[in-house]
Amino acid sequence: MIIHSIFFYIFSIIAVFSAIMVTVSRNTVHSVFFLILDFITISCLFIMIGAEFIGMIMLIVYVGAVAVLFLFVVMMLNVSQQKNTWLSGEKNSNHIPIGLLISTIIFFELIIVAGGWKYKPELLKSFSSIGVDIDSTNTHEIGKVLYTDYIHLFQLSGMILLVAMIGAIVLTFRKREGIRRQSYFKQISRERKDGVELVDVEKNKGVNIDV
Amino acid sequence: MFEIGLGHYLILGAIIFTIGVIGIFLNRKNVIVILMSIELILLAVNINLVSFSIYLNDLTGQIFTLFILTVAAAEAAIGLAIIVIYYRNSGTIKVQEIDKLKG
Repeated sequence: MIIHSIFFYIFSIIAVFSAIMVTVSRNTVHSVFFLILDFITISCLFIMIGAEFIGMIMLIVYVGAVAVLFLFVVMMLNVSQQKNTWLSGEKNSNHIPIGLLISTIIFFELIIVAGGWKYKPELLKSFSSIGVDIDSTNTHEIGKVLYTDYIHLFQLSGMILLVAMIGAIVLTFRKREGIRRQSYFKQISRERKDGVELVDVEKNKGVNIDV
Repeated sequence: MFEIGLGHYLILGAIIFTIGVIGIFLNRKNVIVILMSIELILLAVNINLVSFSIYLNDLTGQIFTLFILTVAAAEAAIGLAIIVIYYRNSGTIKVQEIDKLKG
């Protein structure tokens, strides 16, 4: 048990440190790297407390897709003008203390809410809709529930991904001038009389082909 | 102190959530870091859901985490697409210079 708590503290310290570094680091590429470190650390925590499937899926989705997408966009845009001027804004910097104040209030509210579970411990045992079978694995349990009770939500999330994909393609698509493109409508609607012409050839004169 | 319970995970989630909120409030550079802060906030929510799910012995939290993951991926894709076309149109993604809406 003490090993578990030592690992928890190590991982959470790394997670909090890298989360801070995401927001304060000077270079945007470094921010993306610290974001990747944060995702990996949190998924280690998930695997450690017994949610293996979510941990692995987080590795695949966040590190494999989202963070690489961020890295891609950061490298595509101009990095040199993205230097950080954090906390040293030239003029209207009066929203920094208000932001810090609101963040502190949010943090203490969350701490109070988290501590509230200790003062009313009977809330913890009062409701449990889907119990967990000890014998089977975490992935097995999730699979049994996800494709039966939550099948509509599952398909709906697939629709969300489809809409996001189409939206991203439509947003970033652009027509550029000066590029020869294939025009399907022109190709299909072309008829015989547009392309072929029958010419009566007179004897000893040939055909004049530059029409 | 050495017994790791639900409260430890909730406090970790609260800390990461607050760091994400601070990152949104105090950001002076580009919009990509704001998107990353949003990802941090969603990550903190996921921590809360998974730890409740484990400690209450209820799988619903982990199912919900999967859906949050889906929405986060879709949001990152759309947000980055918007950033790319904004950069293509106006040549900058600095937070201070994005004032087309005059807000």
